[in-house]
Formats: sequence, structure tokens, C-alpha cells
Amino acid sequence: MTALELAQKLKGKFGDVLAEPVEFRGEITLKLADAGRIVEVCSFAKSELGFDFLVDITSLDNYGDDPRWTIVYHLYGIGHRCHVRLKTDVSEEGSEISTVTGVWRTADWHEREIYDMMGIRFRGHPDLRRILMWEGYPYFPLRKDFPLAGKPTDLPEVAFTRPAPLEGGPFVTVAGGKDTIAREPRVRIPEN
Amino acid sequence: MQTRTEIGFDSKIEGDVIHTRLDAAINWFRKNSLWPMPMGLACCAIELMAAGASRFDIARFGSEVMRFSPRQSDVMIVAGTVTYKMALAVKRIYDQMAEPKWVIAMGACASTGGMYRSYSVLQGVDHILPVDVYVAGCPPRPEALLDALIKLQNKVAKEPVLSTQKTVPA
Repeated sequence: MTALELAQKLKGKFGDVLAEPVEFRGEITLKLADAGRIVEVCSFAKSELGFDFLVDITSLDNYGDDPRWTIVYHLYGIGHRCHVRLKTDVSEEGSEISTVTGVWRTADWHEREIYDMMGIRFRGHPDLRRILMWEGYPYFPLRKDFPLAGKPTDLPEVAFTRPAPLEGGPFVTVAGGKDTIAREPRVRIPEN
Repeated sequence: MQTRTEIGFDSKIEGDVIHTRLDAAINWFRKNSLWPMPMGLACCAIELMAAGASRFDIARFGSEVMRFSPRQSDVMIVAGTVTYKMALAVKRIYDQMAEPKWVIAMGACASTGGMYRSYSVLQGVDHILPVDVYVAGCPPRPEALLDALIKLQNKVAKEPVLSTQKTVPA
């Protein structure tokens, strides 16, 4: 039972909302058009197809595109040892999707992290509160419009934040730009 | 060996005596028994544990026990990244330590925020605590931490103890 076969079975059941499985470098991804049916798809995947281990839930900020959020579920089956990826889009107006904690209990903290970092709410979550930042922190830090250095906040007796000095910008390599050797040439040139 | 000093003291009977200043004696006692309060927050804590283990024994410098209680320790070794979420807890524990107390900022993250120039990391524990010795490194080798401890001991040796002692107002 390969991952592609399991993905085809999933597509067979939910053909109206699931796109064709895409394979890239040995990994199968399925795109779900309607985020409202995510719980049905996930519980079918767990009960019928044996995807009993939720590896990760993560989120993407498509800043500038609509819908703004993409939520990615990585499923794995301990029995058949196959990985499948499910993606859905969530628009910014609602910024809400149903929780899958009813299917896999581990989704609890993953969804809390997504709420903390991106601000996407999960309907029906048992305990949706911030997990990495503190309650009362006013921003969602991993959104693309939030600066890496951070913004000043103050919550007396709990925590404060100040913007970090970046000294000329985050020294990160972006796609299409120069790599580190070109951006920051070393002073000592190896002689060979 | 018998010595007779002008104060009529017989060292063969009564043992040797040294004359010193009270400041020097108190500083000598304090610097040779600096018990650390390990604020081990991240990876530097592992090198702190290595410094406390047998190969790079920190106990031979007088830091006999790592007292995890702030009430019973002299020096707080902040080893690791101080996030904003943890910052006020570190400050609270520092406030609970009894005078005299010192702080060693171990590693790049505790000294300056390290490689984490971001929204969640305090850029150096010296924003909230008065630091006496900074140790560079990511993580610093245990020998570097011991060097910092020796530097702190030299600093403690020069402190004017009695003149700066806090008194309860009458």
C-alpha cells in the first residue's frame, strides 16, 4: 500500500473537494478546496486509511494573495508507514477553521502554536490560547507584516518586549538574491 | 619554629597568626566560596553542567554546590537564551538572592542576545540585571567559564566591603 494509492483512495472518497494527488520528490500532496470539510477528510484518513499519526500542522502566510492563509497537515500511518500532506486555504476575513483535535489529540498544541504565531482561530478547540508568547501579547509574530526585530510592548508583571537592534538588516539569504559568500565576503581569502 | 613578636605572642604554643585587614579577610572568604545559582536556560547549561562535572571541576574553585535556591547562593550564572517570557522570572529570582550577589552572563545569548536578534529574545540579560562578568562563546568552553569565575574572584577580592555594606536604617 503506497502513499500514492492511499492518496488516490482519499481522492476517490472526497473527489469533489480534493484535487489530484501531486507528487514532488517522492512526497504526495493533496489540496483541499473547501476548508470546512477538513474534519471529515481527516477522520476518514484516520479511521479508514490508517493515518493514525499526525506529524505536524503548520501554516503559511501568503501575504498579498487571497486567501491569505494555507494550513498544511502532515499525516503518517504507523501501520503502513506512508506520509501524505493535506493543504487547505483559509481566507483572511474569517481566519477560522475547524479543529482536528477530535481526530488526533496532538493537534491541540500544534493549533495553539498556529494561533499564537499567525492568528488563525480553530473552531471547537478545547483550549485555544497562546503557547509560545504570553497571554496578552498583542501581535502575531510570524505574519509577514510583522518585523523580525519585534515591536515594543509592555504588560506589567508579565513581560515586556523591545525591538532588537538588527545592525543593518537580517542577514538572511532570500530566493533569487546572492548567497552568503557573495553578500558577506570573508576578509581572509583562502589561497588556492 | 618559635617566634616572638612584640606583642608577646608565642607561636609555638598558640599557633600562627597573620595580621590582615578585615576587608581582605572577608573578601578572601567570599571569593573562595562563591556558590552558583545556575540559571541554566538553554544550551549553555550543558557546558555549565560540564564545568560542574569531574573533568573541569568547578568545585575546586570553591563553587562546591550548585544551589538551585536563590536564598543560598552567591553568584547567578545566567547560562542560555533569556526570552522576554522568562526575563521577569530571572529578575524575580535575582531579587530573591541575598547580598552580596554577583552575576555571570555566560554565553552570547545571555550577554547580548546572541544570534537571536528577534521579537522574542531579550538582547542581553544586562537589560534587567547588573552583570559582573560576561563570557563569550556559543557555548563557551567550560575552561572559559572557569576563567570567568577566576575573573569574578579577582573582582570580589578588590571590593571595599565594609564601606559599602548596607545597613538597616535606624
